Amino acid sequence: MPTGYSANDLVLLLPEIVLTTGLLVVLVADLFTGRSRQHWLGWLTIGVLVATAVPIVALSGHATTAARGLLAVDGFGAFFKLLFVLAAAITVLISRQYLEVEQARPGEYYFLVLCATLGMMVMAAGIDLITLFIGLETMAVSFYVLTGFLRPNRRSNEAAIKYFVLGAFSLGILLYGMSLVYGLSGTTRLREVAVALATQSDSLALKLAVVLVAAGMAFKIAAVPFHMWAPDVYEGAPTPITAFLSVGSKAASFAMLLRLLLEGLPAMAPEWRGLFYVLAVLSMTVGNIAAITQGNVKRMLAYSSIAHAGYILIGIVTATPRGVTAMLVYLMIYAFMQMGAFGVLALLRRRDVVGDELKDLSGLFFRRPLAAFAMLVFMLSLGGIPPTAGFMGKFWLFSAAIEAGYVWLAVIGVLNSAISLYYYVRVVVFMWMREELESASVHPSPGVAVALTVAVAATIIIGVYPAPLFELAEASAKTLGMAPRVLSLR
Amino acid sequence: MTTVLRLIPLFPFVGFLVNVFLGRRLSKRVSGGIACLAMLASFLVGAISTWTLVQRPSDARVVDDTVFLWIASGDFQIPLTFRLDPLAALMVLVVTGVGFLIHLYSVSYMHEETDGEYARYFSYLNLFASFMLVLVLGANFLVMFVGWEGVGLCSYLLIGFWFKKRSAADAGKKAFVVNRIGDFAFIVGMLLAFREFGTLDFREIAFEAARLSPEVTFGLISLMTLLFFIGATGKSAQIPLYVWLPDAMEGPTPVSALIHAATMVTAGVYMIGRNAALFSLAPITMDVVAVIGTATALMAGTIGLVQNDIKRVLAYSTVSQLGYMFLAMGVGAFAGGIFHLYTHAFFKALLFLGSGAVIHALHGEQDIRNMGGLRRDLPITYWTFVIGALAIAGVPGLSGFFSKDEILYRTFAGGHTLLWTVGAITSLLTATYMFRLVFLTFHGERPESAGSTAHHGGSDHGHGGGHGPAHLHDAPPTMAVPLVLLAIGSVVAGYVGVPHALGGANRIEGFLEPSFHPVAVHAPAEAGVGGGHGETAAHGEESPDADAHGGASVELTLMGVSSLIALTGIGLASVFFLRRRELAQATAARLPAVYRTLLNKYYVDEVYDATVVHPIQRTSERVLWKTVDAGMIDGIVNGAGAFVRGSAALLRLSQTGSVRVYAASIFIGVLLVVGYYLVR
Repeated sequence: MPTGYSANDLVLLLPEIVLTTGLLVVLVADLFTGRSRQHWLGWLTIGVLVATAVPIVALSGHATTAARGLLAVDGFGAFFKLLFVLAAAITVLISRQYLEVEQARPGEYYFLVLCATLGMMVMAAGIDLITLFIGLETMAVSFYVLTGFLRPNRRSNEAAIKYFVLGAFSLGILLYGMSLVYGLSGTTRLREVAVALATQSDSLALKLAVVLVAAGMAFKIAAVPFHMWAPDVYEGAPTPITAFLSVGSKAASFAMLLRLLLEGLPAMAPEWRGLFYVLAVLSMTVGNIAAITQGNVKRMLAYSSIAHAGYILIGIVTATPRGVTAMLVYLMIYAFMQMGAFGVLALLRRRDVVGDELKDLSGLFFRRPLAAFAMLVFMLSLGGIPPTAGFMGKFWLFSAAIEAGYVWLAVIGVLNSAISLYYYVRVVVFMWMREELESASVHPSPGVAVALTVAVAATIIIGVYPAPLFELAEASAKTLGMAPRVLSLR
Repeated sequence: MTTVLRLIPLFPFVGFLVNVFLGRRLSKRVSGGIACLAMLASFLVGAISTWTLVQRPSDARVVDDTVFLWIASGDFQIPLTFRLDPLAALMVLVVTGVGFLIHLYSVSYMHEETDGEYARYFSYLNLFASFMLVLVLGANFLVMFVGWEGVGLCSYLLIGFWFKKRSAADAGKKAFVVNRIGDFAFIVGMLLAFREFGTLDFREIAFEAARLSPEVTFGLISLMTLLFFIGATGKSAQIPLYVWLPDAMEGPTPVSALIHAATMVTAGVYMIGRNAALFSLAPITMDVVAVIGTATALMAGTIGLVQNDIKRVLAYSTVSQLGYMFLAMGVGAFAGGIFHLYTHAFFKALLFLGSGAVIHALHGEQDIRNMGGLRRDLPITYWTFVIGALAIAGVPGLSGFFSKDEILYRTFAGGHTLLWTVGAITSLLTATYMFRLVFLTFHGERPESAGSTAHHGGSDHGHGGGHGPAHLHDAPPTMAVPLVLLAIGSVVAGYVGVPHALGGANRIEGFLEPSFHPVAVHAPAEAGVGGGHGETAAHGEESPDADAHGGASVELTLMGVSSLIALTGIGLASVFFLRRRELAQATAARLPAVYRTLLNKYYVDEVYDATVVHPIQRTSERVLWKTVDAGMIDGIVNGAGAFVRGSAALLRLSQTGSVRVYAASIFIGVLLVVGYYLVR
């Protein structure tokens, strides 16, 4: 064992260790599974995720660091890790039927989903620049492959290449910013960076570093003007991967952004607050207005996810405990409603129908009332209509903005969510108020049914009784930057 | 008692769940029965709760039912609480009572729908009622907002119920979009209130407000209340957001009755009443409310004068009557406004259901030019309709007289002579267009050509096309019973508010007053509750005496004037539309510009289209879609399409090109931000 590591680290890193072991098992099991038994791999993957969730929950009460201070083990990390595991599980559940239609071999698919999850977990827990970067790369590379997973499908390939090239470009920018931070502070540990940089907030190089880091992360969360890849990639990727990308990758990037800004660069708050204020306004506005004219639902949801990134950025602008709490709440709610909406779309995929055009939803209510009901709940929630969870999330974000004095930001947010309803309701119109095009019916597999049921139930229950989630998020947000080391240094 | 309140919205919600999930397997009798029973149960619980409420002393008439703590974060807590006080109790009774009758009426009216559609209809109807009850019973803004949004959504579903009819789907969409504008203002107002008072509970806000003095200039309270009022103009169809309501006629007729009479549109008036203490602090807002209300009343009244669709005339009369209610709110006569809301619920529901019976009998005909002489064939409908028309016209002795008179008197007594004059003119218009409707529909003779045009007028009722005008069926029992009950209500409902000038006790005002100016037990006595707005000074507990001494003779005079106005209006209608119809046509021909402007509703829809709708569409399509999206991003999609067709070279070109464009946009974005810091 290298110096500085202890047996205790093995316990603290248990979630990552379990997941890593599990993903290797899935990869090996794929070799020994016949074509007819491939669906067992899906359930094995679910098993791995459940096994990962157990130590996450068990360790959620800690507030310490592991691996010589590279990773934090705290409530904040645990909250996000649970979110990733959940999103990954829903992705796996809605994937099987979709992959069968696409005639793709699922083995390495599940492996890659788990790899991406591992990367996300490192992003949420890392408190060291290099560690965060490695987490980000692990996730990003997995997604590059997953996006292009449908080898015969050219849209999918094109999306993967586009994502890869632009991803590499933005990572270069991010890395440049990180290296500046390192150069100015002489350390890669975020909490030491914070101390070292506390006195030089006027340095122009540091401002440049903040801008570059912000730009690199803004690419990952698909904030305007770094969003252009999102609609193409979301449309081209396999639908379950689009779901995972728009929820998991976004949440992980927000977690990493919070770590970077609040743990490493709190001294620069005036700079990045203003920066993200502008990004938030642009993302909300451009995302929503561009979504209005989309005829392809995946594309529309891509623009809507850009707009949602804008809403969530409001929490960063406030940078108050309530703002961060609201971000956590919103990301969790967003995970359910967004994954659910893509789950319904994945359900519509058939051999001869892509199923992601608005007209493919025509008369869904008459074909599959329950699926249409689920989609109705997700659309209303995304639009922020009470009593769904989406309303609670928005209410909390906007009231956090008001509390922090950003009244106009809240007003712009409210105005945007009013605009957004237009295109969400259009989906409802197609499902409930249009004649169906053809009578062919889609039968959801048990996996899809479970995933959609969970997502619908969560969206409604959190909307009606959000208190437990609020409490959990509040407790988790409090632990950010609260590790003992920082307290002693300040 | 404390846990009973939640049952009131719960019953219809359960009805909704049953019908939406099991409806396709249920027969019409069962699904309709469940929906009606749910409403009846709500009504009974509401009635019992109200009865126990009334047993209490007048300053202790508040009952809370906290279901659970909804949002908790440190010191900031929002419970999910239902609250019954006199104002809420009155609203609950109206919503469930009139709502039940409308449900009952629908059982027959919708019987031609298939089983699944029938259940879908009743599920929406129940959900609508449930949300309305949440709105009314909510003890804080957040609970109210749940209901507020919910009724908006349900109205959208109900108006667009016959979505195969394009106009119905469009009307539903319009209602939804217009309501969103109002909701936007409402949420911002809510967030401001939260920031200012640190709570969203209505009573706590009222207590806080009681400590403040009225704003002389335009301050935060004025802004807040103005935002709430904009929200109210959306829900309650006032200028400038009234345009959705007349189009909402595209829904089934009972839905129009429900939306117009008992629910939805009254939400805005109710919300202002609920926050009377807050509004009293903002005289500027109050003036805006009064002026907008009066202007809406007049404008809608003039439009109603020339419309030819029976439901459309009623729709504009609703807009006009709502204007009266806002006028009342604006001059500080909160009890008067709510009183009118309550009487209006009876006669407007009656008129709509009556028009439904006419449309039903004529198999979908809605154009009054194709009607006439129906009083012989439809006696029940005729007599109940006439009672409704007399009530809305303000003929003495019927409910509308008392409530309208109360509003006009308060306006006059508050010194708003101009508003009173406009209100009186509107009252004349009301009587005229209502009796124009009565005379054209039920009197005279049905035009020869009417039989042939009947079938493409509406579309919903196509059964037995061979009926001649002589074999029209009057309302069947389940439709007739609600009509008769509502007619009785339209006559007697006003007697709870007989003014002091006529020797009555105006019990409703005394009953409602504690809701408008709630007094905390521990609040300082000199807090000046109910003061504030200059015109409302004569308001509150001591006002009856003040009225009795100074105002009785004025009030009696005004009563005489408004009675005279009502009778004049009816007389005018009888001249123009009963005895000498050619006179009406001649007048229209002599004033073609005026007539056309009114017929086209002042071209407001066209103006909105030109100034708001089209520019937004154009921006979205041309600027964002054509350049940003189509130019850069869509290039890829088209490229992909070309690829599928086998044109690999084209794709490679557009693909690499676009990636460069994207990368450049990232790079330029960074440069811009860095440049900003350098320049700064």
